[in-house]
Amino acid sequence: MAAKLAKAILGRKLGMTQIFAEDGEALPVTLLEAGPCVVVQRRPRANDPSVVGVQLGFDEIPEEKRRRLLNKPMEGHFKQAGVSPQRHLREFRLVDTEDFAVGKEVRADIFAVGDKVDVSGTSKGKGFAGAMKRHGFHGGPASHGSMSHRRPASSGSTDAARVFKGTKKPGHMGAVRRTVKGLTIVRVETEKNLVLVKGAVPGPKGGLVEITQLASAGG
Amino acid sequence: MTAIEEVEKSQLKDLPDFGPGDQLRVQVKVIEGGRERLQAFQGTVLKRSGKGLGQRVTIRRVSHAVGVERGFLLHSPRVEKIEVLRRGRVRRAKLYYLRNRQGRGARIREKRRT
Repeated sequence: MAAKLAKAILGRKLGMTQIFAEDGEALPVTLLEAGPCVVVQRRPRANDPSVVGVQLGFDEIPEEKRRRLLNKPMEGHFKQAGVSPQRHLREFRLVDTEDFAVGKEVRADIFAVGDKVDVSGTSKGKGFAGAMKRHGFHGGPASHGSMSHRRPASSGSTDAARVFKGTKKPGHMGAVRRTVKGLTIVRVETEKNLVLVKGAVPGPKGGLVEITQLASAGG
Repeated sequence: MTAIEEVEKSQLKDLPDFGPGDQLRVQVKVIEGGRERLQAFQGTVLKRSGKGLGQRVTIRRVSHAVGVERGFLLHSPRVEKIEVLRRGRVRRAKLYYLRNRQGRGARIREKRRT
């Protein structure tokens, strides 16, 4: 959360495909539904001028589901902003919030073809994974009497008489926040709020993603 | 229609009807020293794979007693033309068995007109 952003939007991963560039090169692309988002809150505030940023909401909650999904405090939060209730809220530290008035809609058109963006999301959960899958260990021999097929082998010297913290072990893998940096935007379809980025993006299809652009990354 | 199909639609080409066992001639654009020319590759369809824009075909031919297999992205703008020269009668979708055969054993009977 340290680095300042020039642009940010929330979206959903739709899936991957490949498209052909001008020269016939096939590009691997990920389709992202980017927005429409709505500005729910804007900073700096009078009482705290140090933080500059916006809170964006994504995915409007339909009328009939509000009773179930929305509690009183959140309802008040959206009411204060004068916007319809949203499923997801995320805050972004921006260089400048001039263009982000509360209630304003943020759409895919903030990005242009050729922009370099970072995409964050929650990676697919892999459950309890072994050391080979989780840490890329080579495992043991498959045959010749070996019984150490996918084991993690030694966990350290006997001299230490303990296992050091952070030693790579089997355990839970995935379902953590991951960011892929420096993806190129290949196409923007404003009417459908679609953004196509070159390369893969963390998370399952339908997963929430944050698409951001660093202020230092050339526009 | 899913958003993915929607995006792919504009680049999809009309492809001739062909399948495994057919004889094909594919014309591909190649850029050689700044010049563009067409290169042809002719052989038997070993398999078709993929869907949407990523649909591929693998073609096999035996050239100077060496088996050569080449894959093409069917919807690629670099694939200029696909000609079906002969329809083959085969009973499976992937003709990997051709790799282990030579000469007479690698023949494929022609499909009768239906």
